[in-house]
Amino acid sequence: MTALEGGAILPRRGGIFGALSDAFWRHPKLLVFLMLTPPVLWLGIIYLGSLLALLLQSFYSLDEFSGLVVPEFTLSTYAQLFRPSNFDIIVRTVLMAAVVTIASGVVAFPIAYMAARYAKGKWKALFYLGVMLPLWSSYLVKVYAWKLILAKEGILNWVFEGLHLTPLLDAFLAIPVIGGNSLSVSYTGTFLVFLYIWLPYMILPTQAALERVPVNLIDASGDLGATPSQTFWHVIFPLALPGLVAGSIFTFSLTLGDYIIPNIVGSSRQIIGQAVYAQQGSAGNIPLAAAFTVVPIVIMGLYLWMAKRLGAFNAL
Amino acid sequence: MTSAVSLQQVSRHFGAVRAMDSVDLEIAPGEFFAMLGPSGSGKTTCLRVIAGFEQPTSGHIEIFGETAEGVPPYRRNVNTVFQDYALFPHLNVLDNVAYSLMLRKVDKVDRHRQAEDALALVKLSGYGTRRPGQLSGGQRQRVALARAIVNRPKVLLLDEPLGALDLKLRERMQDELKSLQRSLGITFIFVTHDQGEALSMADRVAVFSDGKVMQVGTPEDIYNHPNSRFVADFVGSSNVLPPDFTAAITGQRAWASLRPEAIRITPSDGAAMQGRVVARSFMGSTVRLGLDVNGVSLHAVVPASTNTTAIGDTVGVAFAPEALHLMGREA
Ligand SMILES: Nc1ncnc2c1ncn2[C@@H]1O[C@H](COP(=O)(O)OP(=O)(O)O)[C@@H](O)[C@H]1O
Ligand SMILES: [Mg+2]
Repeated sequence: MTALEGGAILPRRGGIFGALSDAFWRHPKLLVFLMLTPPVLWLGIIYLGSLLALLLQSFYSLDEFSGLVVPEFTLSTYAQLFRPSNFDIIVRTVLMAAVVTIASGVVAFPIAYMAARYAKGKWKALFYLGVMLPLWSSYLVKVYAWKLILAKEGILNWVFEGLHLTPLLDAFLAIPVIGGNSLSVSYTGTFLVFLYIWLPYMILPTQAALERVPVNLIDASGDLGATPSQTFWHVIFPLALPGLVAGSIFTFSLTLGDYIIPNIVGSSRQIIGQAVYAQQGSAGNIPLAAAFTVVPIVIMGLYLWMAKRLGAFNAL
Repeated sequence: MTSAVSLQQVSRHFGAVRAMDSVDLEIAPGEFFAMLGPSGSGKTTCLRVIAGFEQPTSGHIEIFGETAEGVPPYRRNVNTVFQDYALFPHLNVLDNVAYSLMLRKVDKVDRHRQAEDALALVKLSGYGTRRPGQLSGGQRQRVALARAIVNRPKVLLLDEPLGALDLKLRERMQDELKSLQRSLGITFIFVTHDQGEALSMADRVAVFSDGKVMQVGTPEDIYNHPNSRFVADFVGSSNVLPPDFTAAITGQRAWASLRPEAIRITPSDGAAMQGRVVARSFMGSTVRLGLDVNGVSLHAVVPASTNTTAIGDTVGVAFAPEALHLMGREA
């Protein structure tokens, strides 16, 4: 054993870092303060500040004749949201977001379950790679790729033709609202692209939640007489629910806010993101754009409140 | 009479690891049976094989006379108290306890009443609405126990259930478990690495080592007549004496065990056997001495009131020849 030089108390380390270490040790709150200040400023001013500015704008209105924003408090802009043309946009968007979220959950859960319960080592790495790889390539490239896939001259039509299933596709496209001239200009197309693009955001939190379900709880459930399906519904699913809800927050809010995908793949009827884009751009109606932006925030608030009421976070 | 649990030549191998190696056990109905052994000796694997979480690599298992290989855990009327309790974090205490009743579609009022009764049995009345996360270790242990007995299983398996509790609580739970077992009449199979716990609680004890059962017997049997060096070493703190030493006293060359309490310390003058005191620790009412007798180390536990030896003293060492227990197996 090497004996340390000197007495029982070691001398202070030299330099500015030595002095700093001692100071932080003596005043731990100082360190916390220094570390928290930049993010709090960032969040407070840039993030929440701009959100508040937006909220403020939504209480202004647009003068119909001059086209100028009138900076006076009014609820008339919000009232405009309830005009049939605008309200349709909201309903359409919420429906789209809900369907995309449910479908993502249904598709993501088995994948997440396999990855969490059965994939080990190399296979797990492959899973992460497979799920994340699409996130690393450009969003626009992927959306345009989908436009080509779904187009009338696209590979999907070609496959249907090869299988002599074209009448089936045509019958589907003939369905009002979800159909259209081709998949690339239909709501179904928009839905498929949303589903594809947001899926990783559903898989990853679900997988993380499933991974944290202790194996011995599954054993305990079986021990107490539960068949595998009972164990799934009474133990695994409730414990994975916070992960599913976290994933659904992503898929739901991302769909509520997106305007690029429906612009490239979809019908001419707008969803909220497109409406915001149009109002603040060509129409120059910033207050209405702001009011539209508040809608997803309110809906997400309601959604979380409902999820909590239904006990989605009980396992946390 | 049919055994509650019967293991016949049961092995469970994990690759090259023989977690259970040709285990034979017959556990009687209503018995409090302990599995004792050091960590890694295969006790948990043995419990998991009985519960149905593991399938044996070979061998035959019967539970109350019925073949159990290939039967999934949920069809065995056997419940387990897990080492780390395994309480469901998303359910409150009452719903945890009522879980097995809920699965069997007992209606809510009825199952909550039964769960309350089970909680009362483990002295946790009124804790039903709490979450497992809001309970102390000892309370969780009781909830796990209540959950496992609410159904009155045929066999209750307990995997080191008291391991995580502090000494005071552990001693109290030992007494409570024992009286619970007596009042319920359920067969308890209790895993522990604590020899004191096994000996004081169990009707019979099986000592495990490296996946094999070394000895099965009553606590007195195991304690007084260990059949191998391993058992003598592991159960309590027997002295294990080499064949040369034994031969000098009994004329028979065999390993032998000698309880520390059987040794008396006498004045060194004229003693047939002399030893040097190399260690001495005060244990309250007794003193534990480490002795060196012609190169063989022994330890003795003697009454504190009569002992005035100090380290380095030469003392006389005596014991009745009958106290020397010859072991059949050399192992
Ligand atoms: N699922 C498993 N896979 C591989 N080895 C295992 C597994 N379970 C137990 N073992 C091995 O079997 C041996 C016995 O383990 P265990 O039954 O847990 O012992 P104990 O409960 O007596 O501590 C150990 O060597 C352990 O590493
Ligand atoms: Mg164990």
